[in-house]
Amino acid sequence: MSDWKFTARQLVKNPLSLVGIILIFIFVIIAIFAPLIAPAPAYRDPYLIPRDGYSATPQPPSEEHIFGTTEGQYDIFYGVIWGTRSAFRVGLVVIGIVVAIGIVLGSLAGYFGGVIDEVIMRITDIFLAFPALILAMAIVTIMGPSLRSVMIALTIVSWPSYARLIRGDILQVREEDYIEASRGLGASNARVIMRHALPNAIYPTLIMASLDIGAVVLAAAALSFLGLGAPEGYADWGQLTSFARNWIVGPSSDPLKFWYAVTIPGLFIFFFVMGWNLLGDAFRDILDPRLARR
Amino acid sequence: MLLLIPVLFGVTVFIFGITMLFSPIERASLYVRSARQMGQLPQIIATYGLDRPFWEQYGTWLNQVFHGNLGWSQVVGMPVWDAIWHFLPATLELAIFATPLIIILGIFFGTKAAAHKDRPVDHATRVAAIAGWSLPTFWVGLVLLMIFYGLIRGFLPPERLSHPMNLLVNSADFVRYTRINTIDAILNLNGAVFLDALRHLILPVVTLTIVQMAFIMRLMRSSMLESLGKGYVLTARAKGLAERVVVNKHARRNALIPVITVSGYVFAGLANGVVITETIFAYKGIGWWAANAAIRLDIAGVLGFALFNAVLFVIVNLVVDILYTRVDPRVRLGGSVQ
Repeated sequence: MSDWKFTARQLVKNPLSLVGIILIFIFVIIAIFAPLIAPAPAYRDPYLIPRDGYSATPQPPSEEHIFGTTEGQYDIFYGVIWGTRSAFRVGLVVIGIVVAIGIVLGSLAGYFGGVIDEVIMRITDIFLAFPALILAMAIVTIMGPSLRSVMIALTIVSWPSYARLIRGDILQVREEDYIEASRGLGASNARVIMRHALPNAIYPTLIMASLDIGAVVLAAAALSFLGLGAPEGYADWGQLTSFARNWIVGPSSDPLKFWYAVTIPGLFIFFFVMGWNLLGDAFRDILDPRLARR
Repeated sequence: MLLLIPVLFGVTVFIFGITMLFSPIERASLYVRSARQMGQLPQIIATYGLDRPFWEQYGTWLNQVFHGNLGWSQVVGMPVWDAIWHFLPATLELAIFATPLIIILGIFFGTKAAAHKDRPVDHATRVAAIAGWSLPTFWVGLVLLMIFYGLIRGFLPPERLSHPMNLLVNSADFVRYTRINTIDAILNLNGAVFLDALRHLILPVVTLTIVQMAFIMRLMRSSMLESLGKGYVLTARAKGLAERVVVNKHARRNALIPVITVSGYVFAGLANGVVITETIFAYKGIGWWAANAAIRLDIAGVLGFALFNAVLFVIVNLVVDILYTRVDPRVRLGGSVQ
């Protein structure tokens, strides 16, 4: 346990990971208190951004819409606040499922080896033969664009790398004495894997995986931006950014007229992903023993 | 080399398996070229044997793929195979400019960071790298356009060429050797087209570089750190060699090996990146085509594009493996690397 205390102290001491922790903390607060920060209109799905009229031209920040409105008069402030919840949902669901699949298939392959290992690894080869975003795009197109399709597609493209990582971790501990000992005592394979191999093998991998939430959200935002994600008007950062595509250039008297529509949703994506990556970078240094001693 | 075949086989079965989720009629429509042909669906089903068992259909399909028949892409109104070749030169042009920039800048900053570990340069490049790979590609593109096309009116415009240049390029006076604008301009000795093409390339190339460079930079840094801790570096320093020589000659050359092994990832990053980048800059390459195909549910186009990328990616990885054994004698001679 002192290990964990040591890790925690290292994370707080390093200014970069501290910034990461603070960023993530802020987003967690925003997601939890979204109904208080941006109250939803009554009798309506709170994830649908309220509109103020139907005119196309974005309107600048005002008292009523503090970040302004984007194309179609969707309120940007409401969109980014509730978009935080969408982001967490996509990230947590995808990473949760992917890690579960990775643990099951990875430990089967690593622990039993032989044919099982060969089959599982060849399947991961096939999935890893595609550039991830392109495969995800194809899957979403087949299933029909929706937020659910995006989550399924990202799960399908991400599980192979986790299965491989966990397989490698299991391989490293498989021949350890304590595994041999518990097998000698007559423990079942399931028990050996669950009680002895996994706990000793995968904590670092689990931590790194959970920090990939940022990368998942980034990929989901890209798909949404292309118009393959959430339905129109759903609180989603990628889609809010795509609304600004026709408004990059303002009139010649004021070329940056629509800056709020272009920059604000993207900044939310950037800081969210950055928070996870800052923490991930610090963890990588702590968990990599080859670099730690230097 | 032989490992390549099962993977490619798996990839084709996978893509084909996806199409099998559709009914024979829907699958037949992937080959339909016009509204008039919709009436001939039964004939198409018969021609391609779309009501036969899985493996028989797979055989027919694979045979068609080998003959370049990947179906009909509705968004651009041409066969998928033709669309790939039509749009590829534009994307190659992007890659020709972006890849060296990504690799050279990544290696340069990675080396700098490692040589000055825990000093300001190191911290600055670390923050830049983390920020770089946290940036949404599409957003970087939009912000760059807002500044360099909006604020500085028309300075660096989207698309591939401005209108008059586009007319010139497609006229009889201009020979299109490669359909890569900058190269064609050089071959035609046309400076105006060259400069115009370059002006249109700057923003997409910068967008791709900013986002993709971070990975190489970080990898180069950790590889350099490892290399700088080695005995031969100590020896070189003990000999009294200048620090510049130690870093650039002795440490960096050895640190490059891991960077070569991940060039496959650079390819994947670019392949993913061009879909977004080309869409934002209305730069008509294969990424632009694929994104449009996806939005308009042009399934033949999207699957053809995915298959094309997977095959290319597998080949790139093979080349990387070969290159790797060439560069590192320890691998070539059958020994293991540490």
